[in-house]
Amino acid sequence: MTSNDVRIVSPCGILGYGFPEESFNRAFENNQKVHGIVVDAGSTDAGPHKLGAGVAIVSRRSTKKDLDIIIKNGVPRGVPIVIGSAGGAGAKPHVEWTLDIIKEIMAERCLTAKIAVIWADFTQEEIIKANYEGRITPLTPNIPALTDEVIQETNNIVAQMGHEPILEALKNGADIVVCGRAYDPSPFAAVGIYCGKDPGLSYHLGKILECGALCAEPGTTKDCIVGTLKEDSFIVQSLNPIRKCSPISVSAHTFYEKEHPYILHGPGIIIDLSQCEFTQVSEGAVEVKNSKLIKNDHYFIKLEGARKTAYRTFVIAGVRDPILVENIEEIEELVKEQVKDYYEDIPEEDYSINFYNYGKNGVLGSKETAPFQGYEIGVMFEVVAKTQEIANSICSSVRSTFLHYGYESRKSTAGNLAFPFAPSDVEFGPVYEFSLYHLMEINENPFVIEYL
Amino acid sequence: MDTLFDLAKVLRSKNAGPFELTFDILFDSKEVYERVKKSGKINEQTICELYNLTADQIDHLVFFDQALGIKITILRDISSGTVGDRDVYGAQQHAPLMNILID
Repeated sequence: MTSNDVRIVSPCGILGYGFPEESFNRAFENNQKVHGIVVDAGSTDAGPHKLGAGVAIVSRRSTKKDLDIIIKNGVPRGVPIVIGSAGGAGAKPHVEWTLDIIKEIMAERCLTAKIAVIWADFTQEEIIKANYEGRITPLTPNIPALTDEVIQETNNIVAQMGHEPILEALKNGADIVVCGRAYDPSPFAAVGIYCGKDPGLSYHLGKILECGALCAEPGTTKDCIVGTLKEDSFIVQSLNPIRKCSPISVSAHTFYEKEHPYILHGPGIIIDLSQCEFTQVSEGAVEVKNSKLIKNDHYFIKLEGARKTAYRTFVIAGVRDPILVENIEEIEELVKEQVKDYYEDIPEEDYSINFYNYGKNGVLGSKETAPFQGYEIGVMFEVVAKTQEIANSICSSVRSTFLHYGYESRKSTAGNLAFPFAPSDVEFGPVYEFSLYHLMEINENPFVIEYL
Repeated sequence: MDTLFDLAKVLRSKNAGPFELTFDILFDSKEVYERVKKSGKINEQTICELYNLTADQIDHLVFFDQALGIKITILRDISSGTVGDRDVYGAQQHAPLMNILID
């Protein structure tokens, strides 16, 4: 390591996933300088519910455990700490939840720090206006059309920020930067760029580090990794000696959870990894060169928003009787018909009854081609409806009808379903959908920074 | 003849955002990667048949030689985590690819 090198530590793939403290401490061994501790807290992977309902994907307890290690090491040493997509979805309730935990830790450890909060929230009015101005386009053709009505039903609208507001917060001396929704690599790139390193390398390093040690072998999101930015390359290395980075493990990671293997679209940028070279420089350490950043002529940010579409109640049960197993789909159809007849007073469009037959085609549904060979099926059935009361009522009737349904040639006349739990019916609550997953063109930075 | 499952080091599916599903087929030797690539078996028609898609529902089918990998990205029928979705993370949708036979 030379004096111009910039070292960025990523403790884990999602804040609150947990990581070994020994791994984290290795980053500081032999008085090595660390230029930033950056952790991505966000993901849309867990579906629209987190954003829509304003809740986190990880527990408060585990988030506090992770943040405590980060803060007690980072703040006294003066190492900037950046949290991307705080609270998971990065909307106001998620950011506030994260801030609350940080303040609690700071008080418990008698520490003080300049905290910058970068909000990523947008109002419905802003989105409606931008939509009328033709500044909003869907990311892919299967995204539902954006109408005023859809926008008005969408709460917690956020957009992914680039590195610019984070860079500004660092320049203004923030010790801890809590970002609302951010493009996953942005918080890492901001530290690299703040320290004078190449933006293309900084973004590519961010893309790798945001998953924790997933690019090492054995890969995991629950362990620490360090990236070292040099003049025309960067090096990635696990902070746990049992995990090794190899050219294949690192280059393969560039595939992970994005639509194209070497062209990445970010806020205002394209990252071109087509000419990258991956070289083993020492055991477990890989050097990467030629990551290129292209600035877009027009600056687009990605909007995310979720709206409530229905309420769900569901039941899990096992089926073991061979006649029932063999005819499961036909019998479920008959159960459905009987329940629909019973509730003729409720409009059919107000609810739907769905069966999932685990062990048969629960995962792939109609795309399953493997022949069924099992002797038991895990049945999950759900009712999704306009109101929770309708979902509960109809699900209760589906359950009782299914349990006692007298299908043809039945021998097990006492009951059809093995419920693992009592009560059998689980009130799930609201179901959300991603109603906004669009690009919005912007002319000036819309992300507001607040210093605490 | 070998199955793709036997030849690949990594064969996985995952969301690429809530509206797309992406498949990665990665290899640990250049020889095996080239064998699969040259077989011509990984093509749009195969993917359409296995996943019951039309060609316009395939966003990308890319061979990335440096990384010894193939990426296929398709449009989801139902977006992640809403009513009717069976796989919120899209992490178990790779199974139909496993039995593709490679000469």
